[in-house]
Amino acid sequence: MAAIEVRGLVKTYGALRAVDDVSFSVAEGEFFGIIGPNGAGKTTVLELVEGLRAPDSGEIRVLGQKVRPRNAALMPRIGVQLQASSFFERLTAREQIRTFAALYDVSTARADAWLERVGLVEKAGTRVEDLSGGQAQRLSIACALVHDPELVFLDEPTASLDPQARHNLWDLLRGIQHAGRTVVLTTHYMEEAEALCERIALMDQGRILELDSPRALIERLGVESLDDVFLELTGRAYRT
Amino acid sequence: MSTRAFTSLSRAILLGFLRDRSAVFFAVIFPLMFLVLLGSIFSDQRQPRVELLEIGSVALFDALPAQARSEFETAFDVRRVDDREEALAAVRSGDADVAVEMQGERLVAHYTQTDPVRAAITQGTLRAFVDGANLALSGTPPRFSLETRSVEDDSLQAIQFVTPGLLGWAVAMSASFGAAATLQGWRQSKLLRRIQLAPVSTRTVVAARVGVTVAVALGQMALFLALGVAAFGLELTGAWPAAIPLLVVGTLCFMAVGLLAGAVTRTAEGAVNMANFFVLPMAFLSGSFFPLDVAPRWLQTISQVMPLRHLNDGMLDVMARGEGAGAVLVPIGILTVFATVITLLAARLFRWEAT
Repeated sequence: MAAIEVRGLVKTYGALRAVDDVSFSVAEGEFFGIIGPNGAGKTTVLELVEGLRAPDSGEIRVLGQKVRPRNAALMPRIGVQLQASSFFERLTAREQIRTFAALYDVSTARADAWLERVGLVEKAGTRVEDLSGGQAQRLSIACALVHDPELVFLDEPTASLDPQARHNLWDLLRGIQHAGRTVVLTTHYMEEAEALCERIALMDQGRILELDSPRALIERLGVESLDDVFLELTGRAYRT
Repeated sequence: MSTRAFTSLSRAILLGFLRDRSAVFFAVIFPLMFLVLLGSIFSDQRQPRVELLEIGSVALFDALPAQARSEFETAFDVRRVDDREEALAAVRSGDADVAVEMQGERLVAHYTQTDPVRAAITQGTLRAFVDGANLALSGTPPRFSLETRSVEDDSLQAIQFVTPGLLGWAVAMSASFGAAATLQGWRQSKLLRRIQLAPVSTRTVVAARVGVTVAVALGQMALFLALGVAAFGLELTGAWPAAIPLLVVGTLCFMAVGLLAGAVTRTAEGAVNMANFFVLPMAFLSGSFFPLDVAPRWLQTISQVMPLRHLNDGMLDVMARGEGAGAVLVPIGILTVFATVITLLAARLFRWEAT
């Protein structure tokens, strides 16, 4: 059974077709990337799959189940990271992850163990507002994983991080998948997709342009890197 | 509803509030500053003594028996001036209320008409002393006597009226600001969405937010009453505990105001400003800062459409006017209607996304 099955997904906002006939499936245990520039529709696809938004048309199955109306049975099985600042204000890192643990009825001990796993033990007493970008990202990923979900959605988890912090986070993300989870990640860094994802869906203007492994895409188009794949496909040298 | 999720969420929200210095300031310290200010201004509410200038020596005053003398000094602040012209000039310029001289057996009082009430009191009091002196000279024991009793309890001072009004304002601020800021902040940071994707019901989240707001309101009440009693001689009258359920319903009503502000604005700051835009004028028009009894009729009519007016009135009834617990029933009913209507409106205008 596929972890995610999406067929003919369409979502429009007025005249804008934010998601335009998108179909893909993600296998269990796969590391799947949705890649594209800002405004390509990545986040919207993710939110549709998570059930946060209703599609205009199309079908979505997550772990074999429907996502809308709000499917409470699915919640404990999926982990979501929406953005690095989705925190309760003015709580410390430890209070933060313990609060999320309580929402999933996970023990405090397991919450604290996650804090250790993402290397935030020393920052446990620091308020989330005072964490660095990388620390906040790690905490928000830990909060998404605290209940040990089968399927994890990460929306641009390394956005606005310096290269050092980004590489750090990649190790963490690889570890997550090796634990047997399915991971779906959006990013606009080609390098990141190349380093982490087994397959990628390359999106622009609401459509999937290509869907394959990074290696296959590079070979097929006869270019050197995924960056070049992207430029080849969209045909635009400069983007705003 | 999961108890653990509820407890944990409540704790998170409460900590978020207690660690927010500006929220605590506006919910607790700021209104308490007003309580201290108004409490001090009004704590000595007696009429100031009449300033009396004694021109030369006034034999009548000197001859007063000891008891009359002390009553005289309670009523008048006496200063001896030897120059008549100087004394009259002082009265004319408002530096003194009355100048008194003896012309033979006649007591002549030069007074100013600028404050007619004060002028009347001055004349009446002086006349009473002259009559008393005449009676004493006649040697006849007085047949009638007068004893004065204030119908108000000694405790019925301004602090009794100021405390409920300021408490109402404080609760209106903290409940509406809290709801507005939480809704906006959580929406901005997508925490609202994040919680939506956790296995907790909306009911649990709402209950935690409401629970914390109500707890904060009751904490405000305890602080206000404690400070009022300890520092300003506040004495609670009647069925004052009936103010508790009233305050709870009032809190819900102002939470709804905050939700509405949060629903129609785009940023947390905007939401709080909008809430303040509703609450501050309402506080003025609902008698939080000054009693409405002296306000013009049209203003009293307008204030009837403000939920805070009913909260203040109800609290005043049971905390200061000595009325029974039944006095809160009508305000509770009215506030319930307000809360329901405003909540429905907020729910209608609510959007999940910040953009």
